[in-house]
Amino acid sequence: MSDNVAIVIVSHSADVAKGAADMVRQMVGDEVKVAFTGGTADGALGTDVAAIMAAIDAVWTQKGVAVLVDLGGAETNTEMAIEMLEDGRGERVAILNAPVVEGAVMAATEASGGSSLEDVRQTAEDFQS
Amino acid sequence: MTTDAPPDATTDATTGAGLVAALIEAAAATIAAHRDELSELDRAIGDGDHGHNMARGFEALTAAADEIAALPFGKALQKAGTTLVMKVGGASGPLFGSALMAAGKASGDDAPRSAAEVATLLDAAIDAVKSRGKSDVGAKTMLDVLAPVADALRTGGTTAAVREAAAAALEATRPMIATKGRAAFLGERSAGHLDPGARSSALLVDAACTVAERS
Repeated sequence: MSDNVAIVIVSHSADVAKGAADMVRQMVGDEVKVAFTGGTADGALGTDVAAIMAAIDAVWTQKGVAVLVDLGGAETNTEMAIEMLEDGRGERVAILNAPVVEGAVMAATEASGGSSLEDVRQTAEDFQS
Repeated sequence: MTTDAPPDATTDATTGAGLVAALIEAAAATIAAHRDELSELDRAIGDGDHGHNMARGFEALTAAADEIAALPFGKALQKAGTTLVMKVGGASGPLFGSALMAAGKASGDDAPRSAAEVATLLDAAIDAVKSRGKSDVGAKTMLDVLAPVADALRTGGTTAAVREAAAAALEATRPMIATKGRAAFLGERSAGHLDPGARSSALLVDAACTVAERS
């Protein structure tokens, strides 16, 4: 696998997160690493800071990680997770202001060509379905 | 409302570890005792898991209490904060956790000696909650309790005055319309309910006052 910007999908629902990741893999292939997380530690709907950190770790690349989030708490918890990453890695992680499914697919498509994190962000955020 | 409160909210700096342990114990006890009430409030205007999430976080704090209490005061607050962040789940974890982490960073190794010093730490916590939640006073959140409590502490705050400020501020969240968090989806329908995060904040303030009165 080439060193492309990786994608992390964070939803309150593990099913939504997994479904969005499945769509990315099917539409973009395996050129881009994708991790997903959804639900709290005890399986309820919600998001979990430790799980988000683990998802970022799982696909970590110096090239950067683009994160798609759903409702409010997912964003808050993702911002917290990014701040808690060690060795300044948080600077290479961006939360994209785009809908989860469309944003993830657009981000992965852009990332698969070797684009920078900033270009990946731009493409996902500019996309209007 | 207690009527037999000592004249001020001073804490005893000579018992730093004891103070931290007592704060954790009192906080965990009140959250556990009000767990169902907090979830019930959250069911009205959120997703109904606030009591459950907070209880899980404070159980984790209790489990780590010895380790946390052994640290210098500022570090103890920071460690308590990261524990809540990792264990509470839901957005309350980062909000309460960031509050404690910021207060810990603003604190030295010794526990605060006066209400004014507590207010300084609480101000740092409030700034962290505003920034983490991208929110401010008036949005029907925990900030609507914490900010008046900081004001009460700053103006000389006896524990009785602080308790009174917290209770009045909590009640004032009832008619507010939420503009942050999941309750914001309800818009005007969020009016008429206490905010669960404001309720848990008021409970924690009350627990801290009880500890301050004992020390």
